[in-house]
Amino acid sequence: MSALLEVRDLHVRFGQAHILQGVSMTLGAEPLSLVGRNGMGKSTLCHAIMNMVAAKEGSVRLDGDDLLGIGPSRVARRGVALVPQGRRMFPSLSVHEHLLLVARRGEHPWTVDRVYETFPRLAERRRNGGNQLSGGEQQMLAISRALLMNPRIVIMDEPSEGLAPVIVDHLIDVLRKIAAEGMGVLLVEQNLRVATSVSETVAIMVTGRIATTMSARQLDEDRDAQRRYLGVSHGH
Amino acid sequence: MTLQYMITVTLNGLTLAALYFIVASGFSLIFGLMRTVNMAHGSLYLIGAYVGFSVFDPLYASSATYDYAWYIAVVAGVAAAAVAGVIMQVVFLGWMQGQELRQALVTIGLSIIVADQLLAIYGGNPFQFFAPDLLFGPTLVPVIGRYSTFRLFQIGLALAVGIGLWVLLNKTRLGIMVRAGVDDRQMLAACGINVPLVSVAVFALGAGLAGLGGVIGATAQPVALGVDVKFLLTSLVVVIVGGMGSIGGTAIGAILIGVAEQWGQALFPTYSVILTFAIMVAVLAIRPQGILGRTG
Repeated sequence: MSALLEVRDLHVRFGQAHILQGVSMTLGAEPLSLVGRNGMGKSTLCHAIMNMVAAKEGSVRLDGDDLLGIGPSRVARRGVALVPQGRRMFPSLSVHEHLLLVARRGEHPWTVDRVYETFPRLAERRRNGGNQLSGGEQQMLAISRALLMNPRIVIMDEPSEGLAPVIVDHLIDVLRKIAAEGMGVLLVEQNLRVATSVSETVAIMVTGRIATTMSARQLDEDRDAQRRYLGVSHGH
Repeated sequence: MTLQYMITVTLNGLTLAALYFIVASGFSLIFGLMRTVNMAHGSLYLIGAYVGFSVFDPLYASSATYDYAWYIAVVAGVAAAAVAGVIMQVVFLGWMQGQELRQALVTIGLSIIVADQLLAIYGGNPFQFFAPDLLFGPTLVPVIGRYSTFRLFQIGLALAVGIGLWVLLNKTRLGIMVRAGVDDRQMLAACGINVPLVSVAVFALGAGLAGLGGVIGATAQPVALGVDVKFLLTSLVVVIVGGMGSIGGTAIGAILIGVAEQWGQALFPTYSVILTFAIMVAVLAIRPQGILGRTG
């Protein structure tokens, strides 16, 4: 499998706390889900890839180019977009301004018009402020903000968090379409159903390391692994 | 007390408010995006005034360039302050982003150095620009009669600056970046925006407004060393009263402080300074974030 994003032996420390303890993972053309309990370092990994926290050891390569130490804006311009946990809308900007902020000139697959076609709800609310939206609308806007950068890979940090089940179904649909178009998708999730619906491979994170990688079907059937790694008690 | 007198005092207050607004809006802009309390903002005012005057003086003396001397001085003063602001941001403040105490101390240090250097280069004599012919002399105003044309122009200029800033912040992509940066700098960077470059642009604009204030202020009244502290303090009070980082708030703060200063001097000249601070204390007690300030 050709590697789009390759993380090797990545370490992150906050003072005494050793948050990432040598993470290695490879993202190719197929989407990859990363699951794990709270506090295992999933968000820190996302931030480390984006250069939003400093990783002192290890490497993060996008198509062979080292990303570490170049700062978040360059990482973004090289083609890694983040849909952050909690969505992190800009309260001072309207929906439309969120899109104008990241829209690029020239020919690209994703344009402001295509975003409005894909998410008609955002078109209806284009003048609303970023924090006047419902959770689902905010998530669609956060994803649109990432897509408009026309990245090579998009990192989604718990996109289903706090969304109603019907919205989660819509989200799964959107993520599958994005992946089918050839954009690399790294999906960080607590919701196992979302993770296994979007990707065929699931990596499991435990205390700052990738403990194991297995197929989505395997994980779906292995109640014991679910309990051990995720603390899932059935049924969800 | 006649009606004419009351209107004159109020108009004086508004023209002073116009100058305060021009200077303080730059201060507020820099604070809003970068959380930098720029204690050298008064120095940028001085740099605008002094550099502007050194360009103005020889041009004004020659009959060939006499007509545009003042306009060129405005451009020179704004440019000099903007360049000084960019140097401050790039060399000193950019890499201590978020360390407010350090930035405050560094900018206080810079303001002392700038004041001393200006004294060494230009000497300590006060000076004043002459307004261009178009703006010189009085204009007839209903009820009060003759009133300084330049002071009326000051109000117009402040309105233009206010509208210009509003358009910039609300209708341009740079404005979108600035507002997004006020909300969440890190997320703005993660959107691929070069945030340090946006910061430099905002610093240049804020510093340029201080320089503009310097030339305008030194046309209305003589300028000398020491006014840097006065304008820094006034800018601080104006944005504290109006609300940090809000252009509308800065306008309200400037009007309150400007009008209060003039009425204070008219009614109880000895204690007029107290009025400014009384307003600040009252605002802080009732609405600590400022009149139009946001909490959090």
